Parts: sequence; C-alpha cells; structure tokens
Amino acid sequence: MRHLTPRAAISGIGELKPQRRTENVATMDMLMRVSAEAIADAGLTADQVDGLLVGPQVGETPQHVPAAVSEYFGMMPTMSNVVDLGGASGHGMIWRAAAAIAAGQCETVLCVIGNHRNPIPPRAANRNPAREFDTPFGASGANTSYALLMQAHMAAYGCTPEDYAQIAAGARANAQLNPMAIFYGKPASVEDVLASPLVASPLHLLEIVMPVAGADAVIVTTAEKAKQGPHRPVHLLGAGEKITHRAVSQAPNLTSGPLKPSIARALDQSGLGIQDVDFLSLYDCYTIMVAATIEDAGLCQPGQFGAWLRDNGGMGHTAAKPINTHGGQLGFGQPDLAGGMTHVVEAVRQIRGTTGARQMKKCDTALVTGNGATMSEAVALILGGAA
Amino acid sequence: MTDLSELKVPGPIFEPLNTPFWDSAAEGVLKIQHCQSCQSHVFYPRPICPHCWADALEWVAVSGQGQLKSYSEIHKPGHPGWASIAPYVVGLVRLREGPTLLSHILTDGQAPRVGAPVDFAPTRIGENTLPCFRLAKDMT
Ligand SMILES: [Zn+2]
Repeated sequence: MRHLTPRAAISGIGELKPQRRTENVATMDMLMRVSAEAIADAGLTADQVDGLLVGPQVGETPQHVPAAVSEYFGMMPTMSNVVDLGGASGHGMIWRAAAAIAAGQCETVLCVIGNHRNPIPPRAANRNPAREFDTPFGASGANTSYALLMQAHMAAYGCTPEDYAQIAAGARANAQLNPMAIFYGKPASVEDVLASPLVASPLHLLEIVMPVAGADAVIVTTAEKAKQGPHRPVHLLGAGEKITHRAVSQAPNLTSGPLKPSIARALDQSGLGIQDVDFLSLYDCYTIMVAATIEDAGLCQPGQFGAWLRDNGGMGHTAAKPINTHGGQLGFGQPDLAGGMTHVVEAVRQIRGTTGARQMKKCDTALVTGNGATMSEAVALILGGAA
Repeated sequence: MTDLSELKVPGPIFEPLNTPFWDSAAEGVLKIQHCQSCQSHVFYPRPICPHCWADALEWVAVSGQGQLKSYSEIHKPGHPGWASIAPYVVGLVRLREGPTLLSHILTDGQAPRVGAPVDFAPTRIGENTLPCFRLAKDMT
C-alpha cells in the first residue's frame, strides 16, 4: 500500500453565512473577513501564514490575483497561486497546500475562496468553445449540461425522478439542522421537489443549487504544528484529481465522471476502502451529481444509487453513511466557487465533533469531493482526524 | 409559436478557424475537420489534430446522420431571447463519423428519446442558418 504519511493537517476553518444578495461589498473584503476567521480558529496570527492559495476572482481581479490578494491582506507569502477548478477549486487547494509544505516552500497555507453577489453586470463576451458551439443552439450553461447528463443517466439505467428528488429532499432536511443554511426553516419533500417547475428536463428547480454570496477559508499546516492548535487536527490522508473536458458535448462518458479515478486514487493513498469512510461530503450542484458520485465511489453498482440511498436511511447525521450534513449546496446555498469548500469545512467540523445538533455519533474519516464545469474537473480528498 | 428566424439570440462568433463549419452548414452541407495523419474526424475546429497532434487537418463533408446521446427540453432558457419558443429541445448528437456536438433538435411533435436517429437539418435561427438536427421519422 502507498499510504500517504500524514504530514499536513487542516488546523483552521472559516465560513461566512450565505447571502442571496450583497450591496457594495468587494469579494476581496469577504475573503479578508473569512481568512481572519480561519486564522483565529487555527490559533495563529496572520504573520504566521507563509502560503496563499486563492480562487479566481469572478468579475473582480482578472489577473495577478495572488499578488493582489497578498497585498490586500498585508502578506508576503513564499508560495502563492490561483486554483481554478470550478467547484473543485477548494479541494484542489488542500492537496496543493500539502504538496507545497512537503516541498519545503512554506509551512502554513491559507486556502481562501469566495464571491460577492452585488447586482451582476451584463455578461461580457466570452470566447471559449462552449460559447462558440453550444450557445447559438439555445443551450443555457450549467443547467442544460447537467440536464443532459441526468437524461443520459436515466436512459441508461432506468432511474426514476423520485430517485434523484430524494437527494434534494435529503439536503433540505439536513439544512434544518444548520442555522447558517439559506434554506434553514424551509424543508422540501420529494413531492415538493417533483412539483417544482421543470427548468431543463429532467431537472426540476429544487434539484438545482441557489446562487448566494459567501466565502470559506481553510488553514493547512504541518501535522506537527497542527498539534499545537486548539482543535483536533484533521489530516490529509489522500487526494486524487482528474480533468477530462470542458463542454458537455466533449465528455468522454455521460454517466460516470472523473471523480471515479480521483476517488480511487485518494482511497489508495489513504489505505482505506470506501466502506471504511465515516462521512460523505459530496459536491452537489445538482441532484444528478450526488447520484453519479455515489456510483463512482463504488458504494453501489451504476444505476443503483436510489436503492442504495433508501437502504442507507437517507442522508442525515444518523444514516448509515451520513451525506452533506450542512445541507449540501442544495440546502446551504452555493456561494459561487466557495460552494465546494463548504464540503471541506463541514467534514472538518464533523471530524472535530463541533457541528452541534447534527453531529454524527462517530466521525474519524471523510470523503470530500469537488466537481467543476460539466462533471469534468474533479478532486477527491480523504480526511482523517488525529488519533 | 414564434418562427426560429425571428429570434433575437446570440449567434456564432465567426473567426477564420470556425468559419468553414458555419458557412458550409448555412449552404446545406455539414463539414467538420478530418486528420489526414490519424484519420480521426475532429469537432470542434482545431489548428492541429488533438488526437495525434499532426498539422494535417482538412475540412470534409460528413454524412449528417447521427444519434441522440442525450437531450433536454429547455423550459427556462438562460438567454431571454429564447423564451418565446420555450420549451424547446437541445441535444447531444453523435455523428456517424464519431465526434459529438450539441445542437438544436427539431422534433416535429415527436417525443425525443436517447438513442433516436437524427439528421442534419440546416435551420435559420435569428440571423444565421445553423446546423440543427431533426428527429428521424418514427418507423414504428
Ligand atoms: Zn490526427
């Protein structure tokens, strides 16, 4: 076995409450606030951070992002970069931080991602193959892409609308135990999900994430240093990443994605099997994404996610394998590219044992997945609590 | 129902590399690139072959026959220009020659299904004639 000796650990987290709208708030301001929270949570001060990984600054700083953020934060890191993997960006930061630490380039890395939601200016001209060859035919971005993936999955395996809808209902149920969630106080049943309007068949409105403003930050440091922090260190036990395409028309496979090899690699590095993992923190931009990930993780045969979920006892913190206890993005809201990082932050909280009403009975290990573009950018992480 | 030609929607962005695709389709012939080195058909247009990286791409006419790999009925279009004809169908068409493209699917009232045969059907959408596809007449 090729175990990754835990040399890096997550020692701090920060998360802003999702907001449907912001007014006159710069993304940079949100990043600084959430970073301050993560640095304090780790029991550190900003001058002890010597690595900085940031997400793309959607609609704000197009270039020189690391320098712009460093300057704003008053930091002079010895390692900095943008990680641009859509909803997998946050996850991609975690192992890159660990790798940079292992390479001796820095000791403590701030991974931060977020976005404002001020009134959005009209879309600028966008030159890429998806715009050039999909948009003229009436395709409508991610909704169309995931609808096409879902229709192909349904046709291949005969899954029912109820199978997918239980994922949205399960996410909403979990959000009822998270006062930070945008849908706190707003549960939705399988019937409610199926009664919501079709946006792009077979996707209903409630199977699609709600865009919100928000930000998340994570501190990754050496395992040694994490021991000195105030919380149970959460080690990075394994990681896997794979990028296969950008536009859905170019997907090599419509029913299984690059998370399959990514999860396999992450598990292999950790020395764990999928059945050994306590908590599933699965990227959920749409219901189909969770369905495909359950199957790609090897928890059941392709097409069997619906029955597997029912056998699992749903998705709550008392289920056999709890899934997305913070509500997932379907229940918490999708703070742009920080949406993926909410899955990392919740896994850290569950392993620390600090989630409160939604705390699992036992959580020592977690699979955290990130996904970007059209089921085409994938990062899987295996996190484990220090003994 | 609004005629597709009356829609005010974003059209293709023409540039030297992709113009043969749009122009030939508008003239009623579906053309994509073909690599003379590895014999792969290539879509969307590239400067060199993405399969073997040879600088040997030529434009060739293809059959225009394909199969629907997936489809979606769009009820809430992202661009308001499409709203007057919603719901309408877009789909992923795998050409007989191999590559897949996303296109507008003309159903003529038939229900689309994954695996259904489709044929090239150049159709005016807004200001441009685009390479759309039509569900083949159901033989059953
Ligand atoms: Zn070639």
